[in-house]
Order: sequence, then structure tokens, then C-alpha cells
Amino acid sequence: MTTTASRIPIDGSTETPWTLPYRGNIGMACLILAESAIFIIFVVAYIYYIGKSLSGPTPSQVLELPIFGTICLLSSSITVHLAVSALRKNNLRACTLNLGGTVLLGAIFLITTAREWYHLIHDEGLTIKTNLFGTTYYSLVGLHATHVVIGLIMLSLTLAFSLAGRVHEEHSEKLEVLSLYWHFVDAVWVVVFLVVYVIGR
Amino acid sequence: MSLFGKHPTANSSESRRKFARPLRALTYTLPLIASTAFAQSPTNIFDPAGTPARDAYGLSMLVLSITLAIFLIVGGLLLYAVIRFRHRPTDSDREPAQIYGSNQIELSWTVIPILIVVTLFLTTTRVILGTEAIPKPASAMDVTVIGHQFWWEYRYPKLGVVTANELHVPISDPATPTPTYLTMSSADVSHSFWVPRLAGKMDVIPNRVNIMWIDPQKTGLYLGQCAQYCGTQHAKMLLRVYAQSPEDFAAWINQQKQPAQQDFSGNAAAAEGQTVFMHNACINCHTISGTVATGRFGPDLTHLASRDTIASGPISNTPENLRKWIDDPNSLKPGCLMPAMHLNDHDLDVITAYLTQLH
Amino acid sequence: MTPTPVMEAIDETTTPLQGRPPLNVIYEWITTVDHKKIGLMYIVYALIFLVIAGFEAILMRIQLAVPNNHFVSPQVFNQLFTMHGTTMVFFMGMPILFGVGNYLVPLMIGARDMAFPRLNAFSFWISAFAGLLLYFSYFGASGLYAAGSAPDVGWFAYAPLTSKAFSLGHSTDYWTLAVFLSGIGSIGTALNIVTTIVSMRCKGMKMSRMPLLVWLYLVMSGLVFVAVSPLTAAQIMLTLDRYLGAHFFDTQAGGSAVLWMHFFWIFGHPEVYVLVLPAFAFVNEIVPVFSRKAMFGYPAMVAASVAIGFISLSVWAHHMFTIGMGPAGNTFFVFATMVISVPTGIKIFNWLATIWGGKVIFAVPMIFCTGFLFQFLIAGLTGIMLAAAPFNWQLSGSYFVVAHFHYVLVGSIIFALFGAFYYWYPKVTGKMMSETLGKWHFWLFAIGFHLTFDFMHIPGLLGMPRRIYTYEAGRGWDTLNFIVGIGAIFQAAGTLVFVYNMVRSYYKGKDAGHDPWDAWTLEWSVPSPPPAYNFAIEPTVNSRRPLWDIKHPEDPDADYE
Repeated sequence: MTTTASRIPIDGSTETPWTLPYRGNIGMACLILAESAIFIIFVVAYIYYIGKSLSGPTPSQVLELPIFGTICLLSSSITVHLAVSALRKNNLRACTLNLGGTVLLGAIFLITTAREWYHLIHDEGLTIKTNLFGTTYYSLVGLHATHVVIGLIMLSLTLAFSLAGRVHEEHSEKLEVLSLYWHFVDAVWVVVFLVVYVIGR
Repeated sequence: MSLFGKHPTANSSESRRKFARPLRALTYTLPLIASTAFAQSPTNIFDPAGTPARDAYGLSMLVLSITLAIFLIVGGLLLYAVIRFRHRPTDSDREPAQIYGSNQIELSWTVIPILIVVTLFLTTTRVILGTEAIPKPASAMDVTVIGHQFWWEYRYPKLGVVTANELHVPISDPATPTPTYLTMSSADVSHSFWVPRLAGKMDVIPNRVNIMWIDPQKTGLYLGQCAQYCGTQHAKMLLRVYAQSPEDFAAWINQQKQPAQQDFSGNAAAAEGQTVFMHNACINCHTISGTVATGRFGPDLTHLASRDTIASGPISNTPENLRKWIDDPNSLKPGCLMPAMHLNDHDLDVITAYLTQLH
Repeated sequence: MTPTPVMEAIDETTTPLQGRPPLNVIYEWITTVDHKKIGLMYIVYALIFLVIAGFEAILMRIQLAVPNNHFVSPQVFNQLFTMHGTTMVFFMGMPILFGVGNYLVPLMIGARDMAFPRLNAFSFWISAFAGLLLYFSYFGASGLYAAGSAPDVGWFAYAPLTSKAFSLGHSTDYWTLAVFLSGIGSIGTALNIVTTIVSMRCKGMKMSRMPLLVWLYLVMSGLVFVAVSPLTAAQIMLTLDRYLGAHFFDTQAGGSAVLWMHFFWIFGHPEVYVLVLPAFAFVNEIVPVFSRKAMFGYPAMVAASVAIGFISLSVWAHHMFTIGMGPAGNTFFVFATMVISVPTGIKIFNWLATIWGGKVIFAVPMIFCTGFLFQFLIAGLTGIMLAAAPFNWQLSGSYFVVAHFHYVLVGSIIFALFGAFYYWYPKVTGKMMSETLGKWHFWLFAIGFHLTFDFMHIPGLLGMPRRIYTYEAGRGWDTLNFIVGIGAIFQAAGTLVFVYNMVRSYYKGKDAGHDPWDAWTLEWSVPSPPPAYNFAIEPTVNSRRPLWDIKHPEDPDADYE
């Protein structure tokens, strides 16, 4: 008696309807898990080195709360969420608008970070080389900013497709996967904000 | 359909007999080799000569007994199972009874290991606390150990002595202990201080201070070496601990406290050697107390001639070796950080004559 | 529920190789996204590095065979142990296990491919590039005063030895970048494996019905996410230190050498579980089939595997008992390390119970698994010895540790891997490997393994540290090191027999058919080799052993679950 695939029941019923999670969401969840682990290590290094710099400016001397940038970034999570729900209801115009808003708010966040760094480097003399604070600050905020840039690239591409009228309701699952990434980037910012600008100062 | 016929077992008697005799020979000779090695070795962790090593030894015996028992029981059961339950050609074609599990059995072989773990954990904790958490006796001697690539610096802060590579400590009488506390850090990369017969190792890390203690109870020389990879010559960063009676130790301290000999009236070569030394780059790396040589990168040479070895252990301290070393250190210890000094033969002779006088 | 006969379709991958132009074949392999081909590329790639790293080991053993030997210089020796360790872990161990997983996981869950085939290909090619990059260091890394060449900082690259001050030239950067890229590949493959398992199981295959191999690859991939990432982060930090003047591990600026150790071992310890869990997976599939019994205690095995995964994240500092963490730190890690022995023991007992009462057939896969069982038991017990911190203070950094972890890596993982090769080779190629050559392979390799690694424990007990290019005579280490070297030669011989067996059997082996071992999981229901699409029609399963149910309709597993 052979046991080829042909002998395995093909129309067998299962106990319950057989639905498995969408692979895009699982894949993104895995990526978020791995990226979280990377960020946690940078945060741990930041916390470990608080107060241990041998010289140079301290956080309380040079850091100011980046309120405006934070509000922009967190609002962009709202807009991307609205974009996804709009797409699910096949409201293509609202989706495009909200995507555009997300990209704009994200870009504003990056500009505020850039301005903050310019001030720190040119006016306060704080670079990655200066002391342990400089090292851990620029690497952590920089790593986050890199992830914002990647997210903005993906969102801009999606915005471009949307403006060209090529994004439809059937793509809403994929857009949701991208929005998960963006929410992750925002969540990381919340942690960075608390650790660097609130606790660390 | 049975597939048993397709797979002859490995238990054919001819193949077993072929391997039996050489296997039996090995079983007798190899343990002999192993035990001879144990008997000869000056760095045997199972031959403790100090309290921390003894405590570790006691714990290790307990751990070894428990693990040996587990090995005999589980290994024995495995051996029994693969022999007793092997397929024999006379077996029927039917598959054996399919047993999917048993909660009671799973529970029993979860609970018993947990109990073993708890026992081991508690005994281990007791030894950890006994080594690391005890108060430092007032009679303890202090030595500051600084690890370098690839040598050891020893400073006796309360006794005003600085030396290198050969650590002298007084023996400790268990009735009135006088342990030596080693306060350790590194000047460059991570090292590790390991003299197996005296204690377990402790890492020597830059920007960090680690403290361990040793208390050799019998006089003698205890050997070890650096146990954390620290670069090219990690292998030859040897440790030599001289445990001395209190009188001998005091005499040694007195000798080491003296500034370097500077009067070489009877010895022209040594006197000239001193001049050559002080006019060369040697003084940038080495210290000879009382002279202009105040370098700290390399070992203190004030009493170089009082040491048995040079280059942190691998080379005996003879005039020939010393001359060869000064001429080209990398020929003896390739990768060490002392550069070849490119001295001419005459200078080499006189400097050697000088250094061999620094008792 | 009537089975319907289905014609096995013929597709281009089953046409004989000789009939097609070589360039087409090469193009097909380079551009493939088929999990089976990618799996095979991973495996062949890893086997090449196995031979290279094995050769590095033999050079080291020759240098250490007698005291004060001059076979290689200290600089070369230090590169050898660095490259041997780095290659074996990142360019042999990970790729070969990902390769086997890539091949088997979709087949065992009734899927047609991985969830993200292009990511699969990308992960392979970036890992392959990383391996080549590491070896390019022999040519490309000469820096100041030719201080470069291959990395020589040890596979764990402790700071501050890796800083610009103590590691001149670019050799360390080759290490960092190659391992970093291989980490990206690993995360990609792990992501693929998890998504495939969660989202692409065939109808009826609830998580509780998955083969244990699939469960173990799921746990292993989850570990990869949380383990490899810290190493990635630490390597970014190291590169920032070396090139942008950062001070993460710069002890002169107040940085901490210990921080690198924590980050590295937070990676390093789960990494060894990443390597060993697939070995468990292979044994889980082979032992029941050759004992002719279902796995004893499937739920306990799943629970133990998951527990091992979680606990392994909390034991890392048992690699750091000697750095002076203090009693509180030491005690915690002693406890966590000893606790992990409980689920590990449960697995060994369940394997024993599976064999017990069975009818064990000692074909070559089972012979290797039997070796695994004894050797893994010993490896675990020496691990418990190392968990007792004061004992560890003597044994850490010595050859005892080297012997212990080689007992795990070679005695357990490689033996299980050899067993897996003999077991699944018929499925991959359609041919059986030679049993006689297989037994020669086993005995040569086992004798060599024991000569080398049994005796290697003893110099450690006698005070011999690791990573030394030579040693003093008169410490009792001489003869033992010599014996260790002899064993290496036997292992090399065994490996050569193995490679020969694989090549020869491809052309001369007996036809295997679908199911040469009378096994019970889905991969044995498709032709050997499987067609590109794996399953003509997606199967439906009702129990953990779908083929057992078909072969024993009077006593299906489904009644007992």
C-alpha cells in the first residue's frame, strides 16, 4: 500500500473553518520583534551610561523637550491609521490625503531632529565623539531617525502609487502591514523620548 | 507491508569482533595516560593549596558525584533500551504498542530533576558566599595587580614595593589567616588571573576593579597563566606566585624596597651599562627606582636580577637569554610589545652586565 | 473523505539534468526562489565551509600537538581559532540548519513553499556573500604595517581588544561586517520560517498536530529574533567606536568592556540554543520512526522546547562568572542555568521512553541518533558542572569549556545532522545512501570524536587555558594534546567517507521511492525528489501522523488525540 499524496483526503472536513493569519502581519510582527530587540540594546546602553561621561556637556545642559516634533510624529500614526481604514472602505481619496499627511508629518519630525542636531553640534559642541552622552544620544536617536527615513520612503512610494490611482481596496491588507511598521517607529519614539528627554535629563 | 527486511541491523557479530581487541587495549592505556598527567601537573585544579581552590574542589566533587550518578543511571537505561528493544529478525511484522505518553511519568521526571537542581543550587550558593561575601580580615596583605599586554605588574601599596611578573606572598596559617587580597585592573585589554591550585580565576578588566584573595598554606612556587585572550602573546603571559614563610617574605620585601644599586665600583662593564641604559629609550618604558628611568609602559626593572624568569615567565633569567631578549624581543616572544632596541654588540654586553647586577 | 487518485504531474525539474544546457541550469539556481533549491544551496555552502573550518582546526591541533611548537606563528594561530569559530557558527552551523529547515518545513506542513520566497533567496545570497567577505579578509585587510589579514580577536571579539587602539588594520572590521550581514540573512530566514508555520499550514494541521521538527524550528526562529538582534546592535556600536570615534566600549573614555560582554552573551547563549534546537528536531523525527513508536509525550516535548527557548534568554551571564559580578549576580545566573537542565532532561527522558518498548532498527540515521543521545547526555552534564559558579571559576576559559561546547556542537549537533542527512537524502535525491559506507563514516567519526573531545576535558582540569598558540612543557598537557590531535584525523577521515557516500549514492544509490523508511509525516507522501510544487493538491490531516492513519486505518492516531 503506497502512501502517496494522492491517498491523502482532499476534501476532508476540518473541525472548524480553516483560516490562518495573514502572512504580511505575521512577517511584520517578526520584524518588529527583531527591531525592538536592537532598539532595546541601544536604550540599555544609553541608560547604563547616564551620568558616566568623564567630560563635556550633560543632557540637562543641552537638551530641550522636542514637543513639536513629537506631536507631529504621533499624529502621523493617526493619519496612517485613517488611511488604512479609508482604503478598507474603498475611499481612495481619503486614503491618499491621509497618506500625504503622514509623509508630511514624518518629514516635519525629521526636520526638527535635524535642527536639534545642528544646534547641538554647532552651538553646544556635542558630537558622537565628545563623551559617552554624545555617543549614546546620537546613536539611539540616529537609529530611530534611520527607521523613520525608511518608513517615509515606503510611505512616499505608496503615496505615489495612490496618486497614480493604482491603490485599491484589495491592497488594504498590505497597507495595514506598512502602517504596523509606522506605528512601531512611533512607539520607539515614545520610549526614546521618555528615556532620553525625561528620565535621562 | 513491512519494511523490516530492508534494513539489516548493525549488530552483526563479525564487525563487533574486529573492533573488540584494539578497543580493549585503548580502554586500559588511555586512562593510564590521563592519570599520569594528573599526578604530574603543577596546575591541577584537583590539588588545591589554598582555601578558595579547596572550596571549589569540595563543590566540584559533589557536582561530579551527582552528574556521574545521573550519567550511570540515564546512560545505563539508554544502553539497556537500545539493546533490549532492538529489532530482531525473528520479530513479527506488527508494529509495537504505540504509547503516546503518561502524565504521571512526566511529572516524576520533572520533579526529581527539580529537586536535584535545588540541592545543587543551594550548595553552590553557599560556596559563592563563602568566597565572595566574607569580610576582609585586618591581617590581610594588599597587592595591586595591573594586567598589561603581556606582563603582570605588582604593587604593594602599604609596603612601598613595585615589581613585575613574579608575585611573592606570605603563607597563611589557617589558625590565624593572613590572606593576600589582590586588587586588580588592567592598563589595556581584558586579562584573567588564574593560578589553579590557589583559586579560581578572576578577570582583570580595564576601567574596572576586581578583588580576589589567595591564601597558600604551604611554601612553594605556584604556577598559572593569563586566562582571557588578550592578543598575540596571550599564551606566554605566565603567572608565578612564590608563597614564602613570613621571615622569607619580610626579607624579600626589605630587599625590594631598596632603590636600585647605582655604585658599580668593582664592575666597569656594569657601570658603563648603567650609563648606556640611562641614555637610551629604555628609560621611557621602564622604571629603575632612584634613577631617571621612570617609564611605566614596561615592567619595573629595579630588582630584575632577583627574578627567576624574564618576559613574564617563559624565559629563564640568564645573562644569555637577557642579552638575546634585549637584542630582539620578538625573536623569543613574537608579537610582544617591546621593540628591538637595535643596540650594537658592545652596548648589549654592557647593558646586560648592568641589569644582571640589579639584585 | 474518499481519497481521489491524482496523476502526478510532470514538470521541468524532474527532467534529467543531462538534457539541459549548463548555463540554463546555473541561471535557474541563481534566480530560484524555490525553498528546496535554496535549502540545498545553503547546505552545500555550509559543507564547503565545514571543510575549510575543519582544516583550520587540524592546523591548530598540529601546532598544539607538542609544547613550544613552531608549526604556525602566534599571529596565524590567533587568526585560525578566530576564523574556525566564526566560520563554524555563522557560516556552517546557521546555514546548514536553515538549509535543512528551508527544505523540510513547507513539506512537513503541507505547504507549497515558504511564505516569502524572494526574501528566502535574498537571505541566502546575503549570507553567502558574508561568508566570502569574511574569507576575503585574508587578502584585503592589511592595514597599517600590514597589521591586517584575517581577524584574530576570537569569535567573541571582546572589547577593548577590538578597538582601533588594539586591533590595527581592518581585520576586525571584516569580522564585524561579515557577521552583521549573516545576521541580516538569519533574521530574514527566521521571519520566513515563523510566517510559514503560522500562516501556511495545510487544512487540519492545528499547531498541536505539527511535527515536532516544525515546533522546534518555530522556537528556534523566535530565538533568532531576540538573540541575533543584540549582536547586530553591538556590532553597530563597535563600528561606530572604530570609525566615528564613539566610546561605547572605549575604556579610556569611561566606556565599559563588560557591556560588550553582556551584549555579546545575550546573543551568544541563545545562539547555541538556536543551533541545538534543530538537532533536537531531527532526533524527534528519526527516533520514533526507527523505534516504530509514536513520540512519547508530544505535549511535554513541545512544552519543554518552548521552555528551553524562554529560559535560554535568561542565562547569558554564566559565560561571565569570572568578571566579578558579585554574589547576587552570580547566584541568579547559577539558578537560571541549572533550571534549564530540567526541560532538557525531560527531552532526554522522552526520547528514552520512545525507544523503550519499541523495535529499534539500527539503520545509519538511528545509529547517529543513538550517538547523539549518549553524547548530548554527557554534554548536558558537563554543562551542569560549569553552572556551579565556583567550579566555573576554575573551568571557565580553559579547555574544559572547549571540550564541553564541542560535545554539544559536534557530539550532539553534527551527529544529529549526519543522521538527518542519511534520513532525508533519499527524499531529496530519490536515492538511498550506502549503509556500509555510512557505518564506516559513523565509526571513524565517533572514534575520532571521542579521542579528541573526551581527552580534551583533562587539560582543562589541569589548568590549560584556551586560545593559546603554545604551552609550557611539564604541566601534564603534552600527551593529552597529542591524543586530541590524533582524533582530529579520524574525524576528517569520517567526513571524507561521508562526502564520498553522498556523491557516489547520487549516481549509484538504490532507488528510494516515496517512503523508504515507512515513516509517518507528510514529506514522505510526495515523490522523491519532490516536484517543484510539492503537493499536487493541498492535503488535509486529522492527526499528528497522517501517514500512520492511512497505513493503519484500523488504529489511527486521530482516535487518541
